[in-house]
Amino acid sequence: MQTSKWPDSAGHFGPYGGVFVAETLTHALGDLIEAYERYRVDPAFQDELRYELKHYVGRPSPVYHARRLSQKAGGAQIYLKREDLNHTGAHKINSTVGQAMLAVRMGKKRVIAETGAGQHGVASATVAARYGLECVVYMGAEDIKRQAANVYRMKLLGASVVSVESGSRTLKDALNEAMRDWVTNVDDTFYILGTVAGPHPYPMMVRDFQSVIGEECLTQMPDLAGRQPDAILACVGGGSNAMGIFYPYVDRDEVRLIGVEAAGEGLESGRHAASLCAGKPGVLHGNRTYLLQDEDGQITETHSISAGLDYPGVGPEHAWLKDCGRAEYVAVTDSEALAAFHDLCRLEGIIPALESSHAVAYAMKLAATMPSDRILLVNLSGRGDKDMHTVAERSGITF
Amino acid sequence: MSRIADCFANLRKSGRKALIPYITAGDPTPVLTVALMTALVEAGADIIELGVPFSDPMADGPVIQRSSERALKHHVGLRTVLALVQDFRKDNAHTPVVLMGYANPIEALGRVQFVEQAVAAGVDGVLVVDYPPEECGSFAQQAQSAGLDTIFLLAPTSTEDRIREVAKVGSGYLYYVSLRGVTGSANLDLGDVAAHLPMIRAASSLPIGVGFGIRDAESAKRVAREADAVVIGSRIIQEIESAGPAAAVEQVKRFLRPIRLAMDEQG
Repeated sequence: MQTSKWPDSAGHFGPYGGVFVAETLTHALGDLIEAYERYRVDPAFQDELRYELKHYVGRPSPVYHARRLSQKAGGAQIYLKREDLNHTGAHKINSTVGQAMLAVRMGKKRVIAETGAGQHGVASATVAARYGLECVVYMGAEDIKRQAANVYRMKLLGASVVSVESGSRTLKDALNEAMRDWVTNVDDTFYILGTVAGPHPYPMMVRDFQSVIGEECLTQMPDLAGRQPDAILACVGGGSNAMGIFYPYVDRDEVRLIGVEAAGEGLESGRHAASLCAGKPGVLHGNRTYLLQDEDGQITETHSISAGLDYPGVGPEHAWLKDCGRAEYVAVTDSEALAAFHDLCRLEGIIPALESSHAVAYAMKLAATMPSDRILLVNLSGRGDKDMHTVAERSGITF
Repeated sequence: MSRIADCFANLRKSGRKALIPYITAGDPTPVLTVALMTALVEAGADIIELGVPFSDPMADGPVIQRSSERALKHHVGLRTVLALVQDFRKDNAHTPVVLMGYANPIEALGRVQFVEQAVAAGVDGVLVVDYPPEECGSFAQQAQSAGLDTIFLLAPTSTEDRIREVAKVGSGYLYYVSLRGVTGSANLDLGDVAAHLPMIRAASSLPIGVGFGIRDAESAKRVAREADAVVIGSRIIQEIESAGPAAAVEQVKRFLRPIRLAMDEQG
C-alpha cells in the first residue's frame, strides 16, 4: 500500500489526525495551512531552508557504522544516523528552522513552544534568537526540575521559560498551556510545535521538515554500507525523529520500520509512556490518535526515564502506520535504555540522549537475532549531555 | 420542540433574555452538584451548562482548570455526570441541561452510546469544545435525530463563510466566544460583540449566547442588550471556590440573583 500520500486535504491519516480544536484556533490554523502550502513549493523558501540547514544546523549529519556496538550485540551491523551532531544537539532544530522561517514570512513577531526534555525548547529559543523573534517556552514544572541545564540554556538564548503547574506538570500540560497562549495571542504569535502531533497541518509540516533525516540516509546508506538498511529504528514519544527518518522509506516495503516507545518500569507496571503499544484511540491536542487513558477517557500520567518520551499520545501518522502494518512498534524499559546508553558511551565514545538510547537498546536486541550481513539503521536523535543529572542520580552520584 | 427551543420561545414571548450559568460537575464534590444546579435555577437560570471534567482542558483558564482538577479528585467522569443529570431530573423536568466538555470522554464512551445515555438521563444539548463541524458531522446528526441539540462555538476570528458552515450543523443555540483567549479572561469586548452578532444573525435564525469574560451584573446587562443569552462560568466557579463546600449553594444564589435582575431590567 502506498502510504506516503497521506494526509488527505483535511489532515487525516486514515481515521487519525484531523483538526480537533476549539473554534478560536480554526482561523489561525487556516492561515498556517495556507502559508505552509505556499512556501513548501516556493523555490526561494526551499533554497533558504537548505542554506540554513547546511550552514547553521551543520547538515548533512553523518551516518556512522558502530562496529564495536555491533560486535557486542553479536549479529547485524548497526549504523547510527548522527542527529546528535546537529547544532543544539538534537533533530529538533530541523523543524524549528523551517517553522521560524514561516513565522517570519507570516509577519509574526513572537513564537511560543512547548518542551519536555528541553531539546525542542532550546531549538526554538535558538532560532528565535537567530531570526530576532520574541520567544516563550512552556515547560512542565516536573521537567524543569529534571532538565535544569536546558532551562538555563533557553534563558541564555533570550527566551522566557514558563513553568506549567497544572495537571501532571509534564509535556502534555506544557502543550495545553502553549495552546492557551496561542488562542489568546493568535494575531502576532506563531506556535512552533515540537512534534508530529497537534492539529493539521502540524503532523504533516513537522514530518516534512524532519524528512531531511531520511532523505540524507537514502544516499548515505548506499555510499557507506553498499545498500539500504534492512530495518530502521527510532525512538517514539510524539514521534518526530521517527517520522523524519521513516517517511522517505515508507514506500520501500523491503525496509522494516520500527518505532521504539518508552516502557518505563515495564508495560505491565502501568508506569510507562507506550501509547501505541498499550493505549487506545482517542482525541487529544487537536488530533485523533492512540492515547494512554483510563476508562473515562481521562488522559493518564505517563512515566519514562527520558522526559522527551514522557507523552501520553503519539503523532497520528504513527497510529496509521501501525494500523496498516507498515511500521512496527515495540517498547523498551528504563533499565534497558540505560544499559544501551552506557554501552554506547563505553564502546563508541558517543553519549546518546536517553530518548535515543531506547532505539539503540532495541537495535541491539534485534541485531542479536540476525546474521552479521544484515544492516540496522538507528536514528541517534540527540546527544546525552542534558541527561547527565538523571544518569548520575540513577548511579547514586550527585555533582 | 426541544426543551432548549421551548425555553427560548417562552423567553421571547416575555421579552427576556436567557441566563446560562456554567458549573463543573463534581466541583467541589459530586454530592453538591444537584444542589448547586437547583440553586442556580432558583436564582434565575434558564439553562444550565454542566461541565464534564477532563484531564486536559485546553480551552479553559486557571479557574475552570482548577474546578476540573477538584472534580477529578473525586473521579467524576462522563458516566458520573450523566447520573448526576438523572438525579437533577427527578425534581426538575423543565430546565434544559447542556453538557460542555471535550471530545475524548465521549470518544471513550462511544459516540452512539453517549447520545443514547445522555438522552435517557435527560440531557438536552451538548457542546464539545474540540469537535469542530468538520470532525463531527455524523455525531451532530445522530445527536439531533435523538433529540440532543449540538451547540457550537463561534469566535471573533470566525469568517462569514465559517459562521455559515457552523450554523448549518448547530442546533439549540450558537455560542459566541466574546474574546480571544481561554475561559475566565478579563477582557470582554462589547464593541466586538455588537459588531459580530449581526453577521451571525444573518447566517442563522438560532438564538445566540455570548460567553467568556462576563463577570458581573453590569457586563451581563450590556451583553443581554445584544444577545439572546448570557453565559457565565468562571465567575461562578470562583464563588464556589471561595465559599467552600458548606456555603457554596447559598453563595451562588447570592451571586446570580442580581445578575438576573439586571438582565430583566433590560426588558
